[in-house]
Amino acid sequence: MDRYLLIVSTVCFLAAVVHTIVELRAGMFRPMRFNFFAVGLGFIFQTAFLSIRGHALGRCPLTNLFEVFVFLAWSVALMYMLVGPLYRLSLMGAFTAPLVVLLQGFALVAPIDILHPVKVPANPWLEFHASISTVAYGAFAVACIAGVMYLIQERQLKTHQLHSVFYHLPPLTDLYATITRLLWWGFALYTFGIVSGFFTGHPLPRAQVVAAIGVWLLYAAILQGRHLRWLAPKWVAALCIIGFSVALALLWGIEFTAAMRPLP
Amino acid sequence: MNLFCLGLSHHTADVATREHFAGSATAESILRQTGCAEALLLTTCNRVEVYAVSQKRVSTDEIARCLTRRIEIDPHDYAPPFYRYEAEKCVQHLFRVASGLDSMVVGESEIFGQAKKAYESARTSGAVGPYLHRLFQRAFRVAKQVRTHTDIARGAVSVGSVAVDLAQRIFGKLSDRKVLVLGAGETSERTARALISRGVSDLRVSNRSIDRACELAQAVGGRAVPFDEWAAQCREIDILITSTASETPLLTPAELAPMVHERLDRPLFIIDIAVPRDVDPGVNEMEGVYLYDIDSIRSVAEQSLALRRKQVAAAERIIAEHVADFVDSISRGLNRPSQTAEHLPLGENPHGRPSCSGGL
Repeated sequence: MDRYLLIVSTVCFLAAVVHTIVELRAGMFRPMRFNFFAVGLGFIFQTAFLSIRGHALGRCPLTNLFEVFVFLAWSVALMYMLVGPLYRLSLMGAFTAPLVVLLQGFALVAPIDILHPVKVPANPWLEFHASISTVAYGAFAVACIAGVMYLIQERQLKTHQLHSVFYHLPPLTDLYATITRLLWWGFALYTFGIVSGFFTGHPLPRAQVVAAIGVWLLYAAILQGRHLRWLAPKWVAALCIIGFSVALALLWGIEFTAAMRPLP
Repeated sequence: MNLFCLGLSHHTADVATREHFAGSATAESILRQTGCAEALLLTTCNRVEVYAVSQKRVSTDEIARCLTRRIEIDPHDYAPPFYRYEAEKCVQHLFRVASGLDSMVVGESEIFGQAKKAYESARTSGAVGPYLHRLFQRAFRVAKQVRTHTDIARGAVSVGSVAVDLAQRIFGKLSDRKVLVLGAGETSERTARALISRGVSDLRVSNRSIDRACELAQAVGGRAVPFDEWAAQCREIDILITSTASETPLLTPAELAPMVHERLDRPLFIIDIAVPRDVDPGVNEMEGVYLYDIDSIRSVAEQSLALRRKQVAAAERIIAEHVADFVDSISRGLNRPSQTAEHLPLGENPHGRPSCSGGL
């Protein structure tokens, strides 16, 4: 039953993607209404799915790779809902929806929804650690999306080749301010996530600790480079994309390793 | 009752012809001389058009005579290239005109204001009755919808508007931005004024002649900067508009490099409208610097126009829907007991679709 909710949610995000493509091709793109509605509806179904799954498990639904991907997709949508309308970055919905479709589509198709045979007891610190870290990934994902939008806009301005999408993208300085805010949010949440990991009462695998600190250092370096003006905005945007790709690969690695081991 | 429109536009007549028929008539004079029930005169630099409702058919010559500036010109002999649209075609034409589809620069919005002004003027004088009122209100609605739902008005097509458009794409709100105008030429003044109209309040002017700099600064509400200090201003400013008569580039990558390093997270937008160019093209390769010379501005304007032209089909679809709906609503009104054939402005046939005799 809960998977149907996820399918409906994915269809909503897919509708936003298709709508964007069709409207951009017709040159009639008006992102505000449909995209925000579709993403909002998709987010409601995602939340319903996670809520039902959480009740069934009796804990935060982050017990396997399937749930991690869905929770990450939910975090991405949440960050868009918080950031997109606030900073008038409505086209961000058009960029967010494909990422959510990919994450949820993969989660639905891949055989990774393996339920544990025994009910895992709740551990508030572990759940806090896992959920806050995943929400931080959501912030990094939306920063990555804003980075893509920044590089597209910057490239068009540099080459003087202004395509239709140029007129729908937010101004460079707004995008840069959004990237910075998202990086700070993600970094703060990730720091809480890492620190809370040490209070779970279980020994943490060395590989996971090293990977998490590696991601933390990477984002710390980006923020430091931005703060001290060592990095031009273009490079901050590019590093957001690289950073999130690395973080996602490491998350996959961490979860894959964890799946091989019994859950605490 | 007949609804019709006739006129001259840049499509059919040159400026010399248009000026023979512009400016002398008013909506009231047309009503008086032709016996129309309602009339509205739309005169712009690109068109002279009369929209009217009449009990009996009014000939093109009659209207042309009213419009003629010089009485000695007989429009019949002169054979001006008037077009005439009736009924549904007239509705369609007005919707296209109000939406900017019939304009010289496709998608320009000035015509919308001009049509509104013409409507207000005719309404105040009592020349507009219920039919033209309904028609023009719908035309304004259609024009707004076309602008909102298509990219027909997107992009800029003049130096000033391209500069403003690009500046907004880089900086968003322009109210906190600092602008330096280097060289007090006419185009840079127009560009500066366009930026001021979008909220720029900190404007500096530098020119070899300080008197001319002061004059322009005063005219646009900015402040003059001595010419030997302009380069140092590049540390602070966000937008540089340059149009001096210098034979060699005034700004090179080597000169700008230390300043760019200091302002790494603040973009610098340079509009170089001078020929020969004031800014070395290599400056565009620098981090955070966006250089547009006159050719690139022209190229942006052409891209905008091409983008607008692509939107025409989408705009025509919106207009076609509204024309059909408008004509239907008029026809439906006829079936109500209170309505009679006399109230139908669209053609003579009260039971079918309005007849359309097309344009000349």
